[in-house]
Amino acid sequence: MKRFIRHVALLLAFALCAVPAAQADEELTHLISALANGKLKEMPAKISALEKAGNSKIVPLFEALSAGTLFYRKADKAVFITRSSADGITLMAPLTLQEQGVTTKKSLKKIKVNNKLRRQLKTAIANLTLLSPDVSLRLSAAKELFKSSDPAVLPLLEEALHQESDASVRQAMQESYAAMTLRTQHASQQHRLDAIETLKAMGNQQALSVLTGFVASASEPEERDAATSVIASINKRLARWSVAQNVWYGLSLGSVLLLAAIGLAITFGVMGVINMAHGEMVMIGAYTTFMVQEVIRNSFPGLFDYSLAFALPLAFLASGAVGFAMERGIIRFLYGRPLETLLATWGVSLMLQQAVRTVFGPTNKEVGNPDWMSGAFELGAMTLTANRIWILAFAFVVFAVLLVVLRRTQFGLEVRAVTQNRRMAASMGIRTPWIDALTFALGSGIAGMAGVALSQISNVSPNLGQLYIIDSFMVVVFGGVGNLWGTFVGAMTLGVANKFLEPYAGAVLAKILTLVFIILFIQKKPRGLFALKGRAVDL
Amino acid sequence: MVHLTKKASMAASVGLIATTVLTSAVQAAETIKVGILHSLSGTMAISETTLKDVMLMLIEEQNKKGGVLGKQLEPVVVDPASDWPLFAEKARELLAVHKVSAVFGNWTSVSRKSVLPVFEELNGMLFYPVQYEGEESQRNVFYTGAAPNQQAIPAVDYLIENEEVERWVLAGTDYVYPRTTNKILEAYLKSKGVADEDMMINYTPFGHSDWQTIVADIKTFGSSGKKTAVVSTINGDANVPFYKELGNQGISAQDIPVVAFSVGEEELAGLDASPLVGHLAAWNYFQSVETEANEEFIEAWQEFTGDDNRVTNDPMEAHYIGFNMWVKAVEKAGTTDVDSVIDSIVGVSVPNLSGGYSAMMPNHHITKPVLIGEIQEDGQFDIVDETDGLVAGDAWSDYLPESAKLIADWRAPMACGNFNVETKSCGGVVSN
Repeated sequence: MKRFIRHVALLLAFALCAVPAAQADEELTHLISALANGKLKEMPAKISALEKAGNSKIVPLFEALSAGTLFYRKADKAVFITRSSADGITLMAPLTLQEQGVTTKKSLKKIKVNNKLRRQLKTAIANLTLLSPDVSLRLSAAKELFKSSDPAVLPLLEEALHQESDASVRQAMQESYAAMTLRTQHASQQHRLDAIETLKAMGNQQALSVLTGFVASASEPEERDAATSVIASINKRLARWSVAQNVWYGLSLGSVLLLAAIGLAITFGVMGVINMAHGEMVMIGAYTTFMVQEVIRNSFPGLFDYSLAFALPLAFLASGAVGFAMERGIIRFLYGRPLETLLATWGVSLMLQQAVRTVFGPTNKEVGNPDWMSGAFELGAMTLTANRIWILAFAFVVFAVLLVVLRRTQFGLEVRAVTQNRRMAASMGIRTPWIDALTFALGSGIAGMAGVALSQISNVSPNLGQLYIIDSFMVVVFGGVGNLWGTFVGAMTLGVANKFLEPYAGAVLAKILTLVFIILFIQKKPRGLFALKGRAVDL
Repeated sequence: MVHLTKKASMAASVGLIATTVLTSAVQAAETIKVGILHSLSGTMAISETTLKDVMLMLIEEQNKKGGVLGKQLEPVVVDPASDWPLFAEKARELLAVHKVSAVFGNWTSVSRKSVLPVFEELNGMLFYPVQYEGEESQRNVFYTGAAPNQQAIPAVDYLIENEEVERWVLAGTDYVYPRTTNKILEAYLKSKGVADEDMMINYTPFGHSDWQTIVADIKTFGSSGKKTAVVSTINGDANVPFYKELGNQGISAQDIPVVAFSVGEEELAGLDASPLVGHLAAWNYFQSVETEANEEFIEAWQEFTGDDNRVTNDPMEAHYIGFNMWVKAVEKAGTTDVDSVIDSIVGVSVPNLSGGYSAMMPNHHITKPVLIGEIQEDGQFDIVDETDGLVAGDAWSDYLPESAKLIADWRAPMACGNFNVETKSCGGVVSN
């Protein structure tokens, strides 16, 4: 219905100004068809011509050009906006957006753009939509113009400010206006001082960059001093926030470490098996995610956003099954012989890697982020990325569930009994071999679930496990073998420490310093942060 | 299921090659052996397996055309398993046991450095297909990948001219290629008048996966009001999390473009490229090059691998050029004798896939065009810039004071890889 009304309105508008509009359209069509010819270097001029001649009708064309969906037909060089559909590529007329049939990709050629053009297009779209009736369009236009330094836009922005009713759009416009005033130096001193105040209220990185540029070119000492003092105050604010930002980075690195290590905290920490194939359990989980996404992509594309929910239980089962088989097949013959266990599990890890390489190929596999896992939002002067937040939350949930399983369930009780005193537990009627196998499967299964999460931030390749195995052992040993809370605190401490070191020491040195710290720490407290006390220690 | 049968047919074809190797060992006199020294397992298998396959394809095609000097070519594949000392061992095996006429192989610089003494001692020929840091020219090695002046410098020039970049982040993985390349770039940028405070140099460990702090630093560095770009020599697996973090923190290519020297079609095949659209890469070849030769090459490659989605990349083209150069040089010399071929190959020129001819220079580097491509959503590159002519590979960078005075020329009177033009003697300072 809405669309119908819009069409009628359009038709009426056309009827009212039919003659000049027809002329303008002809000119536009002419300019549009020129896009199909010529070199990339000639494009900026063509786009400015289009922007001058056009009105908001040209916006879809600009958007398509920027997104790379503007094509021309090889046969007659006619320009179309395209959309890929099930049976080929749908062509749409660039101005009216009417569908003009379906064709194959081979008969079309893309109109090339580069970053410079995309920037020009963004500004052009912003200029054209600044007075649009749609609030969200106006807002993004106002924000986009913050980067512009074209004084010609100032009158347009003034007009827009004059009409604007929405508070948030108004603020964005004022900020852009301030930025432009300072950049172009086309205003009175009072205007410039006002602009500095506006940017002070903004107080973020963007404002800082405008002010720094202004100070470098300002001629009036009064303005320069005002701007310099604002810069100092913004810097102070940002420095305070950067502490919070570092803590956040540290926690999110810690959560990744926790996820990678938590399965190992069970197999190594609780059972005492030095499992060098732990990383490969993580890898199996990541490849399970890849396969689930493949199936969903091919058969149920609508479910893509839920792919991780399907992958989690499957990854748990897949890695758990491999872990179970490993325990029954190899490790149970090697209890009490740590060196042999280490070598055997290392061998298993190499075999699993090469098996995955043979089956899936050596190259990275594409695991997509569902929509809710991408993007970021701002908190004060901090940027929190969505995937990190989810991973942090997921790590906490896994940790909590594991804690409950070990503390509150019959199975958990039996696990603890077996690891604390095997013979006594056996005498009480617990099937200790069975518990061993299940515990190992549980640890491996959790590693598999970690793989699902890590596939979202890392790449899925046969080498995935190797990236995390050292860190995992580090966390478990540091936290204290046999204590889940130790693993938790250990992971978070190492994460935060690493992130506070990184800005000063660089990523390479930060990693080395962390390792040195752990070595010294283990010298002092060989049993880690949270050492188990009592008889279990001696077993 | 379709996937599985393809895998099976691949396995069968590998098996077939293995048996041909066995049977033809009996009639060794009638074949010319070609060694392939690429890792098929371990961390570098991700990149090198493809190069092994492309060599098998090139050899198969040459055999269909009647081989070389009327003899069939016989590939000898060994697996150095991403283990640098093993590279030297396997190279020795190829040269001493199998007596191959030429070897095509290696990816990392450290593996190349580890086989150099072997090739020198046993007098073999090595064709090295990967872009590298330069500062080397060896009699037995032919560098068909890009030297820094065929990749890094033109990329920086593009950013200065087209994006008006004034501030630079040089980000790399901590090993010899990024360190040397960044040293050259730093000297070059300084010669262009870039101040020290407008350069940020950052190194990360291999396989670095937590990029939050560094990306935030780049964002801060880039918000000083001057246009900023990142020149990335980040290697291998660390790229995916880096680009993902850039996308997540909302840095688009229009704000801060990243130009990479190690990201090609193969690497992009393993990731969702939509947040990367507009970021750049500099290579001497892209799959999207529109020439007939390239179309044929892609078709042959996809048919050989039985996979319509297999991509081609720059090091594959380097092998294509290197292999054809070797064939032509052998035919010119009329023998596979290494000394004669080394003499005859200088000056040989063969068609490359981007529509021109690449020639072997006296310094054992080749001439190539330099292309700048923007990443597209489908993981391919749109070529946005191209050097006017071919660029000759420079073994010794002109921008580093200690190597500016060195030249390499392996032709008869000079026959030296590091001739010092000041002291007029062979054996200048060799860095790294």
